Amino acid sequence: MWVDHTSTQERTLLASAATWLLPFTSSGEGDSGFHAPSINEFFPEAIFFADTIFEVNRIVLIRFVMLALLLVFFWLGTRRMKIVPTRGQSIVEMALDFVRVNVAEDLLGKKDGRRFLPILTAMFFLILVYNITGIIPFLNIAASSTVGLPLTLAIVSYVTFIYAGIKKSPKNFFKNSLFPAGVPWPVYIIVTPIELISTFVIRPVTLTLRLLMNMVVGHLLLVLFFSATQFFFFNADGFLKLFGVGSLAFGFVFSIFEILVAVLQAYVFTLLTAVYIQLALAEEH
Amino acid sequence: MLNAVIAASTEGETVNPLIPQPYDIIWSAVVFLVIVVFFWLKILPKMQEMLDKRAEAIEGNIAKADEAQAKAEAALAEYTAQLAGARAEAGEIRDAARADATKIVSKAKEDATSEQARIAAAAQAQIEAERQSALVSLRTEVGTLAIDLASSVVGESLSDDKKAAKLVDSFLADLDAADKGAKKPAAKKPVAKKPAVKKAAK
Repeated sequence: MWVDHTSTQERTLLASAATWLLPFTSSGEGDSGFHAPSINEFFPEAIFFADTIFEVNRIVLIRFVMLALLLVFFWLGTRRMKIVPTRGQSIVEMALDFVRVNVAEDLLGKKDGRRFLPILTAMFFLILVYNITGIIPFLNIAASSTVGLPLTLAIVSYVTFIYAGIKKSPKNFFKNSLFPAGVPWPVYIIVTPIELISTFVIRPVTLTLRLLMNMVVGHLLLVLFFSATQFFFFNADGFLKLFGVGSLAFGFVFSIFEILVAVLQAYVFTLLTAVYIQLALAEEH
Repeated sequence: MLNAVIAASTEGETVNPLIPQPYDIIWSAVVFLVIVVFFWLKILPKMQEMLDKRAEAIEGNIAKADEAQAKAEAALAEYTAQLAGARAEAGEIRDAARADATKIVSKAKEDATSEQARIAAAAQAQIEAERQSALVSLRTEVGTLAIDLASSVVGESLSDDKKAAKLVDSFLADLDAADKGAKKPAAKKPVAKKPAVKKAAK
């Protein structure tokens, strides 16, 4: 299939990835025990249903686990909702209100905000928990770091904003999208194709790539720092061991940075979806 | 960066991370569907219901507070009105009392004046009466003394009443005659009192 895990290939790949990511350790690569990050980490071996379209590997398994946790968290948090909230309910409310108030109602207003709230809420929390797995010990990889999830969500976003626009008024939607107001008509010859591409092609692509690349690079960086630390501490000689302290510190800092990225990317994805819906619903730009 | 990864990996057979695996798409779609349905049908309606209830409760409390406020204001207005009424009433009572007091004082003054006049008149009358009685008794006394004196002077007993009375009367008449230049009413009075003199002589 796509990934063929033969040991020779892997070794070659490791070496090449290490050269790319860590040129200054080139002396220590190869047989010395340095595990360099590689793209193949995002395509782990199948665990169930190998070679079918229902293949389940480590990352898909992480998705299941986090989905279950998410469902349980919100189910428990909203089981007995009181007018005067308890401490636990306040946390759940705060989380739900973040999307409801700061994204949906802020951009779409109360009425449309409520219409699209389920999609936006689901998007935000799904991306958030899947991003955060990148720094959870034993999971250690963002469940959103293979293209399937960002792409699926981008398609959902795409379909949603086109649906919103066409449902409201097909004429207005395409007119606003392709022929922005206040432009002399000859300019449309240039503007319309640009708008067409930017609205109907670039939007889902950027949504997908932004999330995917953030997660992929974040993971590669963490693997790099921590495997370098391992290498420096246990395989390097003499004063080179001191580098391990530095790489560990960087790994620590980037772990914290990954939390920020996880939240930020979830927010950005949801916010952009809301913005696209808002533009599609607008009477006039 | 990704291109670099891919480029670096071209030495061996590898995967392009941008090309989605079918299983990846399928499981992503499944989990997303699950969570959308979960939020759509379970969590968000519950949240909305709770928010509506909360808004209702808050509005209820605000209405209650408004009502209490209105009640307090009405009570205050009532008290103020009552206070003003009481004040007006007190003023009326005070004015009436003042008028009454003036009336009482003037009445008392009047009464005192008339009483004073009466007392003065009564005193005058008493003095007059006493003067009369003193005059009468004086006359009797003077008569007796005079007769006694005269008897001893003339050596004639004037024990006979008739004689004595005649003598006194003539004496007094002489006295009156001697006095007639002084007072006219004084001359009258002894005549009027003649019977009393007679009685006293007896």
